[in-house]
Parts: sequence; structure tokens; C-alpha cells
Amino acid sequence: MCAKKVTQKPEDVPTTGHIWDGIEELDNPMPRWWVWVFYATIVWGIGYSIAYPAWPMITKATPGLLGASTRADVVAEIKRFDDANATIKQALVDADLTTVSANPDLMSFAQNAGAAVFRTNCTTCHGSGANGIEGKGYPSLLDDDWLWGGDVENIYATIAHGIRNTTHPDARWSQMPAFGADEILERPQVAEVVEYVLQMSGQDHDATLAAAGEAVYLDNCAACHMEDGSGDVTQGAPNLADAIWLYGGSRDAVTYSVVNARFGVMPGWNDKLPEDEIRAVALYVHSRGGGQ
Amino acid sequence: MWDYLKLVVLGLLAVGAAIAANYARDLAYLVNAVTIMLAAGITFLVVLRGMDEVKIINRNEYMDGVVRAGVIATAFWGIVGFLVGVVIASQLAWPWLNFEALQGMGNFGRLRPLHTSAVIFAFGGNALIMSSFYIVQRTSAVRLWGGNLGWFVFWGWQLVIVLAATGYVLGGTQSKEYAEPVWYVDILITVVWVAFLAVFAGTLMKRKEPHIYVANWFLLAMIITIAMLHLVNNMAIPVSFFGSQSVQVTSGVQDAMIQWWYGHNAVGFFLTAGFLGMMYYFVPKQAERPVYSYKLSIIHFWALIFLYIWAGPHHLHYTALPDWASTLGMVFSVILWMPSWGGMINGLMTLSGAWDKLRTDPVIRMMVVSIGFYGMSTFEGPMMSIKAVNSLSHYTDWTIGHVHSGALGWNGMITFGALYFLTPRLWNRGGLYSLKLVSWHFWLATIGIVLYASAMWVSGIMEGLMWREVDANGYLVNAFADTVAAKYPMNVVRMLGGLLYLSGGLIMCYNLWMTVRAQPAKVTSHAAVPAE
Repeated sequence: MCAKKVTQKPEDVPTTGHIWDGIEELDNPMPRWWVWVFYATIVWGIGYSIAYPAWPMITKATPGLLGASTRADVVAEIKRFDDANATIKQALVDADLTTVSANPDLMSFAQNAGAAVFRTNCTTCHGSGANGIEGKGYPSLLDDDWLWGGDVENIYATIAHGIRNTTHPDARWSQMPAFGADEILERPQVAEVVEYVLQMSGQDHDATLAAAGEAVYLDNCAACHMEDGSGDVTQGAPNLADAIWLYGGSRDAVTYSVVNARFGVMPGWNDKLPEDEIRAVALYVHSRGGGQ
Repeated sequence: MWDYLKLVVLGLLAVGAAIAANYARDLAYLVNAVTIMLAAGITFLVVLRGMDEVKIINRNEYMDGVVRAGVIATAFWGIVGFLVGVVIASQLAWPWLNFEALQGMGNFGRLRPLHTSAVIFAFGGNALIMSSFYIVQRTSAVRLWGGNLGWFVFWGWQLVIVLAATGYVLGGTQSKEYAEPVWYVDILITVVWVAFLAVFAGTLMKRKEPHIYVANWFLLAMIITIAMLHLVNNMAIPVSFFGSQSVQVTSGVQDAMIQWWYGHNAVGFFLTAGFLGMMYYFVPKQAERPVYSYKLSIIHFWALIFLYIWAGPHHLHYTALPDWASTLGMVFSVILWMPSWGGMINGLMTLSGAWDKLRTDPVIRMMVVSIGFYGMSTFEGPMMSIKAVNSLSHYTDWTIGHVHSGALGWNGMITFGALYFLTPRLWNRGGLYSLKLVSWHFWLATIGIVLYASAMWVSGIMEGLMWREVDANGYLVNAFADTVAAKYPMNVVRMLGGLLYLSGGLIMCYNLWMTVRAQPAKVTSHAAVPAE
């Protein structure tokens, strides 16, 4: 630093003679390395724009000597994997879903592909671990509690067509009445049936109210949720006798469900994903632990 | 007569705004209209009360009142911008801070443009306007041209900031990054900016110096180019005269290209050229050294101005933008490297023979670090514009880290240096209240930036690698949510970096306040225009 101070005394270099508010300017030349790097980038720029698509002309731009195209690159990349996977994807589409697990190669491919499809499309609601969001209406896919059936074909149908959406004609459909909001049940009856449901699921409850609620339940709820509360997968009616709750099992949550009903929607995927990917993700979900 | 005209215009404006508020179709418009009504009404009263006063203006003095106001506004909006930054950084790290009760107003999506605009346009914009007014007077040796037009620019800009900020929170936005203000705010920006140009160019034209100083080239280039960019990027047709929403004239990839032509040159001209103008004045003044090379300043000025305007397409690599536009954006960005570094070389070499001041003067230290970050960001930028690098870095935190090493390091530090330089001079004080506090500010800010930038590099590169990872069959390996979860530690570090930077800013405000309050006044006034 000291050496610099001596050799670079400003007095060695003349100024331009201008002074603004006490500021002067030295007449130093531009640093050589700066000039040469600047030239080098310009030369490189000219070279690059000859090699790659660059200059817009009247109808189209110059294509560049190398014929490079980012779109063509993407198409080629996709085609490479499509070609490599074509045979096994066709095998997956042609296979009977229930027997795929007997074919280790096909199953391993489906598991892998299904996991990727799941991560990209399903995690938003069902979570990256497939465990859903408890109490928020996004079911866990890891347990053996299935709303619309947990065998691989039912899972496939749910994924392909979705639930209670208006875009897929074959979507799963059912609708619980809003027993309170639509005044199907009186207020005390709602309280009674809620206590009965709490009793059925083995929670703390008011025994007197629950006893009165049994009749209300059998008259209004048992048709879908069954007399023992075990639910009905053909109508997407959840099991009320276990500890798993789609929208929460507390007194408040159950009361809300009885009064206002619930209407969970899932999109169908057969217009967004190819057949092989729907099959793969169905097999993946089925193998998560709860498959029947 | 002139005052009566002002009263008529202000009166009409207040009544017009009241009528507009009555017919408002959305909340943002309503609140903005009421704000304009109040602003016009208050100004009306101020003009009315001042009608009979005999104003004594010493035309032989520099007009420093508006610069003093600018110093206060710069410091104030700086703190606001940093604070909102810390809030939204915390919201990214801990999403529950997007409180349910504040949905639609206090969530990340609404606060993010508030942060970017507060920092770029409120903090940076006030810094540029007040330094322009100070520098152009000193280096032209004349009083600011246009009388109170300078004050109109100042208050007009504050009104723009308030309208834009309240609008964003209430949903009034064009959804164009860094050009979010809605159509009527855009009109006000145009009026204020043209007034700014008039004041600046008017002062230059009546200058007493034979030549125009290099800082003024950069500032003038900034003012003219921003005017052009603003007009073109904000071509929109309002849905209703009484609503905040509008429809862009262009659409699709054309709109995207215009947006990023604007967006990149907002960086290029507002945050680079404008701040280089500040650097070219404050660094030689604080170091008391001549500018290193006049030749370099000419060449790098024209190269920078010519090249920057073409670099915008690098924001749209691998999108619907045609390959040729992408190539040109990248090529011009890479060639821009040396012209950008010209400013760094000239700034750093100006300190030749004054390097010892780094030990004794923390303000110089701040300016040197600022130039250092400028050099780093203007190397990083061209590198990130290269398509292969961009395919990894685009959409990731790396970009955000790059922007912040520029904004916090370069723009922030040079502005702090300017504020430390200006405050004692504008308030006629012997010196700063405490150099020790300047040192504290320096270290807090520097460590804050380093934490921020390195956290974003790690997080950005990790994100980029996770997004592109595919398995042997071509399927994605990671879910988007996995990358969000993996970023958590880096998000916390980023928040801490911002917190350090904010603390430094608060220390600066205290120091400047005490400088004005507690330091003894200097005997001689130096605000007089030189007699030459």
C-alpha cells in the first residue's frame, strides 16, 4: 500500500483542467486489461451471434451456424425418455391393475413413476408424505380407512374421474344433507345425534343425550353411514365408529358436519395425465400401506 | 396571479378527487382518491395562507431545503423498506406469520411489492432525487432552476409512494413487477418525472461551469431513460375511469418482453446509472481526491448507456421468447461486463493515494464496500445471463440474492455514504455526531449483506438442482414442497441478515438525528453560490 502511494501520486498525472465544486479529473489512460477484456467480450459476442440464432430479419431471424434451438432440444430430451419408456408404458397400460404386483419389473417402474406423479400433482392436498391434512378434509392415504374404496381399481377410478367435480361426468358423487342448516333436524335432535356419534366412536359423551340420539341416527344417518357407523365406500360415506376423522372428531367439528354437511371435492386427472401415469400413481397410492 | 392559478387547480383537483371517491368501484381507488383529495386540500390551504407573505429568497444561495427534506425522506423510507423486508423474510421462514386476520392485506403476496417499491422507488428514488438536486447545483455552481418546482417534485414523489403503497395492500396493482402502480398513479409519476427532468435540465442549462460533470451525465441519462421506459411499459387502458384496474395494450410474450425491457433497465438506469452519478460525486468529495480517469468515464458511460438497454431478454430465457431475442439479450449482457466495471475502477482508483483513509474514515469504508458490491453484482449479472447458468439460477433464490447484493450492498451503502456526507453539510454542522456509530452501522450492514447473499446462493443453487433432478426414467425426483422445506434454514439466515441490516439503518437514523440536534453549528454558511 505504501509503495502504491508513492508511485501513484496524483501529481504525476496531469488533470483535464476542469474543476467542479473542487472535484478534478486525472487524465489517466484507461487500464489496458479493461480495454482488452472489453474487446474480447465484443469479439466473443460477434462470434456467438453468428453461431446461434440472433439477428432478426424480415421474415425470420438468422438461425446461426450451429443450428441450435432450445425448443428442439426440449423435444429431443422428452423424446429420448419417451422412446426409452415406450415399451414398459404400453405394458402398464395393457396390464390388469390387480396383477401388476406379480411382475417385479413393471411394478418397480410403476412405483417409481407413480411416486413422481404423486409428488408433482397430489402433494398440494395430500402432503408430500401422503398423510393428508387431518381435520381439513384432505384424507391420509397411508391408513386403511378409505372413503371410496381402497382396492387398486377403486383408487384408479377415483384418480381418473375425481370426486364431486363438475368437469368429469363419471366423478364419484354423493351429497350429505345439511341437517341443521336446511332444518331437517331440530336443534336438540342435532345435539342428541352428535352425542350418539361421539359414543359410537368411543369418545366422551353425554349418555342421556346419546341414548335419545340413537333413534335420530337410525332414522337419518344409518342409510349411508350404516347402523353400526361403519360407513359405505360405495357412497363415500365415512366410517364414524373409528378414530379417523376427515373433518375432525371433536364435538364442535361433528356438530358443524351435521348442521352444514361436508362436500369434499377432488379433481379428475384423466384429462390432465396420460393413462400410464394415472395407473402408475394408482399403484403407488395402493402400495402406501393401506391398499386393500 | 400565479398563486390564484395554483389555488384553482388545487381546488379542482380536491373536488374532482372527492367526486371520484364517491363513484369508486374498488377499495384501492377509493382510498387513493381520498388521499389525493386530502393532499390537494392541504396544499390548497398552504398556498392560501402563504398568499400575503412577502417571500425573501436569496437567489445567490443554493436551494438546500428540498435536499434536506430529501435526506429525511430517504432515511425514513429506507427504514420502512428494510422493515417490510424483514417482515416478509420472516413470513417465508414461518408461514404462520401470514395471519388469518390479515389475509388479503398483510400476507406475503401483498407485502412483497410494498417491500420492493419501498426500497427501490421510495428509498432509492428519494436518494436519487435529493442527490441530483444537490449535485447539479454544486457542479453547475448555480441555484436549482424552476423555483418551487423542486418542491413539487419532492412532494409529488412522496404522494406517488403513498398512493402506490396503500394501493398494493388493498389490491390496486398492475401485476407487473417493479411497475405495479395502477394507471392514475402512473400518470402522476409521469408528471412528477417530467418536472424532475425540467428542474435538472434547467439547472444544467444555466450552469456557470463550462463543462457538464460526469455525475450529471449519469443522472440525466437515468432521468431520460426512466421516462421512456415508464411510458412504454405502462401503456394500458383503464377498465373504468372510477376503478384502479386496467388492461395492458400488449399481451403475451410481447407484453413480457416490454415488461422485462423495462424491468432490467429499471435496474440499469435507476439503480446503476443513477447511483453511479451519486458515486462520481460523493466518492471524490469524501476522499478529497481527483477522479481517476476522465477517458474511462467517457467510454464506460457511453458503453453502459448503449448496451444496457438491450439486455432485458435475459430475464426470459427458456420461455415463449424466440431464441434469437434470448441470444441477443445474453450477448449484450456479457459485453456489458466491462462497461459496468469501468465505474468500479474509476471509483476505487479515485482512492489512490487516499487508501489510508479507510482506517480513519468509516464513511469512505462504506463507499468502498459499496463499490465492491457493485463490482461483484455486475460480474454476477452477466454470468447469470448466460443461458446455461440461467437454466439453473432462474426462478430460484439465487436471483434474489443477486438483487440484494446489488440493492443492499451497492445502492444501500452508497446512499448511506451520501447521507453521512450530506447531513453535516446541509444542516451546517461541524461533523457527524459519532464516527463510532458509523462503524457499527458499517459492520452490521456488511455482515447482514454477506449472510443474506450467501444464504441465497446456497438456497438458490440447491433449489435449482432439486427442481431439475430426474431419475433414470426421466421422472422428477423432488416435489416442489420438498424444495420449500429444504430452504427453511436459509430463509432463517436471510431474515437474520435483513435484521442486521435494519439495525444498522436504525443506528444511522439515530446518528444523523443527533448530528443535527447535538452538534454545534458551523460559523460560516457554505450554501452560497460561488461568485465566479
